[in-house]
Amino acid sequence: MSNSISPLMLKRNIITILRTNKWLLLRRFSQFSILGLYLLGSSLGGFWIIKGNLSSSLLLETIPLTEPLLLLQMFAAGITSPLSTTLIGAAIVGGFYLLVGGRVFCSWVCPVNVVTDVANWLRNRLRIKPNSQINRNTRYWLLAMTLVISFSTGLLAYEFINPVSIIHRSLIFGVGFASLMILSIFLFDLLIATRGWCSHLCPMGAFYGLLGKFSPLRVRAEQREQCQKGCNDCFQVCPEPQVITPALRGADKGNNPTILSGNCTNCGRCIDVCPENVFQFGLRSSTKTPIIPIEIRRKNS
Amino acid sequence: MSSLSNRKRRAFLLGLAKTACGVSLTALGISLYTRQAKSMPALAIRPPGALPEDEFLSRCVRCGLCVQDCPYDILSLAELGTDVPVGTPYYTARTGPCEMCDDIPCVPACPTGALDHSLTKINQARMGLAVLVDQEECIAFQGLRCEVCFNVCPVQEKAITLEYRHNERSGKHALLIPIVHSEHCTGCGLCEEACVMEEATIKVLPMHLAKGELGKHYRLGWDQKEKAGKSLVKPDGKRAFNLPEGVSYDYENSELTTPASSAPPVNKALETLKRGIKEAK
Repeated sequence: MSNSISPLMLKRNIITILRTNKWLLLRRFSQFSILGLYLLGSSLGGFWIIKGNLSSSLLLETIPLTEPLLLLQMFAAGITSPLSTTLIGAAIVGGFYLLVGGRVFCSWVCPVNVVTDVANWLRNRLRIKPNSQINRNTRYWLLAMTLVISFSTGLLAYEFINPVSIIHRSLIFGVGFASLMILSIFLFDLLIATRGWCSHLCPMGAFYGLLGKFSPLRVRAEQREQCQKGCNDCFQVCPEPQVITPALRGADKGNNPTILSGNCTNCGRCIDVCPENVFQFGLRSSTKTPIIPIEIRRKNS
Repeated sequence: MSSLSNRKRRAFLLGLAKTACGVSLTALGISLYTRQAKSMPALAIRPPGALPEDEFLSRCVRCGLCVQDCPYDILSLAELGTDVPVGTPYYTARTGPCEMCDDIPCVPACPTGALDHSLTKINQARMGLAVLVDQEECIAFQGLRCEVCFNVCPVQEKAITLEYRHNERSGKHALLIPIVHSEHCTGCGLCEEACVMEEATIKVLPMHLAKGELGKHYRLGWDQKEKAGKSLVKPDGKRAFNLPEGVSYDYENSELTTPASSAPPVNKALETLKRGIKEAK
């Protein structure tokens, strides 16, 4: 037997790899190109495509963008008359994520996601099983905390330690000690808690999760009848596996095949890995699917 | 059955208590940290138009738009582990002072108003105050010609003026002493950068360190007199001045009067003394 792979085989392999990693690759492309645009600065003949950082930016030198959670913290800190640029910027960003899914920020934009995804990949590779159990609702407590400490100190207090904004800022304006912050989040997710930061603690993720409760763009378990129970590939790759169950396994209860939880990050990894092509992106349907008795469904299929 | 639900309730309450405890401790930690971290080091200066520090930190989202719009690249965002609150903009006068652009591009760039957009004339900026901190070393006080701070000052001949003083050492030269006027100084730091000394003897300090303040209860007599248009105290009463014979003091016009037909005063000191002793008896 020869070890050489024929060009045709190679081509097929590449196509398969691309197809089964489509959304992952698109997501990485999105994350890195957004960072790249910030880093590009004014090198395009003095024109800034985007300047600032994720806390607040100026797009195409005209459109203001502001992190809506920061506006809420500003209100909590006692700013009663924010500038109209702040309000417009927060409305644009908030409106965008309201449409495409709040946590699209987490999986398509946030640079920390790359760090925690790598940690997750390595943890699976090394078969490390962290034993810390953090409640997934801790993030909502921390979200409330960001507002409470803004109120009690009168400052945007969470920004003194917010790893997400510190890391993104450092990538644009100079890394320094922020590299240690990247390392600590990496090690935390690798050794201490599975998907610890993004899926359990990050208050920004919690905020966008609440925003995503109303988003029309959702992942749908459209072909859930095709699901080979016991394969669990989707649960393995999902950063928020609890969101899949109601849609995928809820046909008997008459559940909508749409993944409704705002905590779904619309990363599309489940779409990539499912061998039966159960999942696809689609619009939220509010109508409940009629309950079809199992026997009838069996006959039909 | 009931013990199962009891156990569940216990687990739930315990979990709740754990989370609440952890989050509260985090909140406490952050609050204490911000208290310590929000004090700016004296030589870090905020960009023009920055609100008072506490208000600034309740608005600044640390986006760096002011930094990117500064044409002279003097602003930086504080890195983690420095004394300036992380991610907030500042500059250091000695290494890169504010160049005082006419259009102040950093101010309108601020999306939240942490830099006050009502500042449109750079001469009205008050980023700090230049202070001649070391009069022992400043070579102008040695009688040497320098005046570099005076010459580079962008608010020329207003924020820094030169005062002539007699040079006691040589006895025949002048000292040209730079004097800063807080009424006009913007705190840009061009003087600190230009100072020829190894360590600058003129430095921009934050207002609260640079300025003194008179006690609220103080009233300066001459100010009050000017406001009232007249003296606020009663005119002097008649007092026994030890004046030469025939000379008297005019209270109203505050001057000495001598009799019109006065002969030169005769020294009758001994007689006066004797008379005084007699009167005392």
